[in-house]
Amino acid sequence: MSILVNKDTKVIVQGFTGKEGTFHASQCIDYGTNIVGGVTPNKGGQEHLGQPVFNTVAEAVKTTGATVSMIFVPPAFVGDAVMEAAEAGIELAVIITEGAPVKDMQAAKAYAVKHGMKTIGPNCPGVITAEECKIGIMPGMIFKKGNVGLISKSGTLTYEGANQVCNEGYGITTAVGIGGDPIIGLSYKQLLPMFEADPDTEAIVMIGEIGGDLEIQAAKLIKEQITKPVVAFIAGQTAPKGKTMGHAGAIVSGSAGTAKEKMEALEAAGVKVVVSPADIGKAVKEVLSK
Amino acid sequence: MNVHEYQAKQIFAEYGVPTPKGIMVESVDAAVEAAKELGGPIWVVKAQIHAGGRGLGGGVKLAKSLEEVRELADEILGMTLVTHQTGPEGKLVQKLYIEDGADIKDEFYLSVVLDRKLEMPLIMASTEGGMNIEDVAEETPEKIITVPVDPTIGFQAFHGRELAFGLGITDKAEQKNIITFAQKLYKLYMDKDAEMIEINPLVRTGSGEFLALDGKMGFDNSALYRQPEIAAMRDLSEEDPDELEASKYGLSYVALDGEIGCMVNGAGLAMGTMDTINYMGGTPANFLDVGGSANAETVAKGFEIILKNPKVKAIFVNIFGGIVRCDRIANGIIEATKITDVNVPVIVRLDGTNAPEAAEILKNANIANLIVASDLGDGAAKAVEAAKNA
Repeated sequence: MSILVNKDTKVIVQGFTGKEGTFHASQCIDYGTNIVGGVTPNKGGQEHLGQPVFNTVAEAVKTTGATVSMIFVPPAFVGDAVMEAAEAGIELAVIITEGAPVKDMQAAKAYAVKHGMKTIGPNCPGVITAEECKIGIMPGMIFKKGNVGLISKSGTLTYEGANQVCNEGYGITTAVGIGGDPIIGLSYKQLLPMFEADPDTEAIVMIGEIGGDLEIQAAKLIKEQITKPVVAFIAGQTAPKGKTMGHAGAIVSGSAGTAKEKMEALEAAGVKVVVSPADIGKAVKEVLSK
Repeated sequence: MNVHEYQAKQIFAEYGVPTPKGIMVESVDAAVEAAKELGGPIWVVKAQIHAGGRGLGGGVKLAKSLEEVRELADEILGMTLVTHQTGPEGKLVQKLYIEDGADIKDEFYLSVVLDRKLEMPLIMASTEGGMNIEDVAEETPEKIITVPVDPTIGFQAFHGRELAFGLGITDKAEQKNIITFAQKLYKLYMDKDAEMIEINPLVRTGSGEFLALDGKMGFDNSALYRQPEIAAMRDLSEEDPDELEASKYGLSYVALDGEIGCMVNGAGLAMGTMDTINYMGGTPANFLDVGGSANAETVAKGFEIILKNPKVKAIFVNIFGGIVRCDRIANGIIEATKITDVNVPVIVRLDGTNAPEAAEILKNANIANLIVASDLGDGAAKAVEAAKNA
C-alpha cells in the first residue's frame, strides 16, 4: 500500500515535449511510472517517448483515462495548466515548475479545490511511491520500499531524509515533496491522515522550515488524530529574521514562523523533533524499535 | 522586490489613492527648488531608503521655511541612516522626498498582505497609526481589524463597511472616503502583483479626507516579468552587493555572522546544514544554495563569494546529488579550486547518485586543504573542527 499514487496510476505530463518535461518524463518511465501520454498545444497527434501527445488535457483524459497530471510548463503558464487539469477531471496535479506568480497560484488553487482536484507543489520534487511510481524529479534509486511515509517542504532534504531512513535498514512507502512557496497544494494537514490510514506506513517523517504556520497546524492535528510515531525536523533555526531563505515562503516575519515555535509545538504534540537533519535516520530507528 | 516611498506613491497616484504632493530629489539645490514648486508653508524632508523606522532614526524632518528645507536636506542627504531594520551598519541616503505638510487630525494603519492560511489577500487596519504594527498585535490585538478579500469576488461594499465600522469611522462622508481608499488599494495590490502594501500612518485630515502619509510596497519577484514598469523601479544600490552578485549566477546567498562558509544544493538542505553546524558548536558564515545544477562555474563563483568574507575559516560543501551526478560535481569542485584560490580548509560531502566514484575522484585529486566527509553529520563535525584549529 501507499498513498496518492501506485503502479497502476495513469499519468499524463503537461509540458510533455519541452526540455525538462522530456528529460524527467523519460526518467519516470524508466522508474516504472505508468505515463500514458502528454499535452503540448499544437503537437497533438504526435508521439513522444512512445506515448501519444494531445492538444488539450480534456482530450488526453478522455482518450487515456489518466487521473494524475505532472506539470512542467513554464512559470507564466502554471496557473492556466492547473485550471485546465481541474476542468478536465484530473484528480491530482503534481506541479514541479518553480517561480509561478503567487496571484496565479491563488486563483488556480481555489479553482482546483472547487473541482475537487488535489494539487502538490508548485516548486517541489513531486511524489514517489517507492519502487512503483515516481511523479517528479527526485532520484528514484534512493527510495527503497519500506514502512516510513515522508512529507517535506524541501527537495534535497527529502532525499537526505529518505536516504538516512534506508541506510538504517528501513524504507519508504510514499514520499511527498510539498514545496516551499507561500501557496501550496496538499500539506501536512491533508497528508498526515492519509499516512495514518495507510496500513503499510508505520512511522512518518515530516520536514518543515521557517515561514508560515503549516507545521503549527500539523502539530495540532497530530495531537488529535495521529497515533503513528512522527519524526520532525524544521530547517532554519539559524536563519536571520526578515530574509527569504531560498524558498519564497521561507521567511521569518517579525516573530512569526520561527523554527523554535514550530519545534516546540511539535514536541508538545508528542513528535520526536531532531535539531539536525543528520539525526533523522537515527530518530526513525528509535521510534520504530520502541 | 521592494520600492522606495516615492515610487510607491507614484503607483498610488496612478490609482487615485490620495497622497500629499511630493517630489523626489538627489541634491540640496533640487530639494529647495522642489519645496518652492510645492509651495509650502510646511514641508517634510524624507530620506528614501528601503527600511522602516526612518523617522526615529532622524531621516524624516519637518521644515517651516525654505532655509530649513535647505538645512535639513543638507543634513539628511549623504547621511548613513541607522534604523531597527537597517542593521547597525545603516544605509546611505542618496535620495530625498520633499513633501507637502499635511493637516493631520489623527493617524491610522492600513495594509494589504497575502494571508497564507486563508490563501487570499488580507486588509489589515488599526486606529493605532504610526506605531509598529507588530507591537500593536502583541499588546492590543483587539485594535487590529482584519478583512480577508476573496479574489474570486474582489473587493465588495461589505468589506469596506467592515473596515470603516471597525475603525470607528461614523461620519458618512468619511466612511465613503475610507471605503474608496481601500478599494483602490486592493485593486492596485492585485493589478501590480504586490506582495504587501503598508501605509503607516494613514492620516485623516481636518476636512475628513484620508491620505497615505507613508507608503511601503513589496512585489512578487516571480511576477516581475509581466510588470515591466515595476521591475524598472528596482534600486540596485539598496540591495546587498554580494547577494546581488550571487543572484547573477543563479545562486541564492545570505550573509551571516559566523566562521564556516556553506555551499549546499537546495534551500532546505542549506538551512539544515547551517543548523547542523550550529548544533555541533560552530557558527555558519552564510546561507548559499547553488540550486539544482552545481557545476564548476557556479561552485567557483560560490567559493569566491564565500571567501570575500574575511571571517570565514573553513568551507563546508554539502551536496546531495539527485539527478545531478556526484562524480560530475566532484570534477566541478576540482575545477573550481583551479579557478579560485581557496586558502581555507574545504570539507566536501557528496552523497546520492555516484557518490563512491565522486569520493574516489576527490581523493585522487590530491588537493591540499580538501577534506572528504562521509555524511552530513561527519561533514559538519569536520568543518567545526577545522574552523577551531584555523
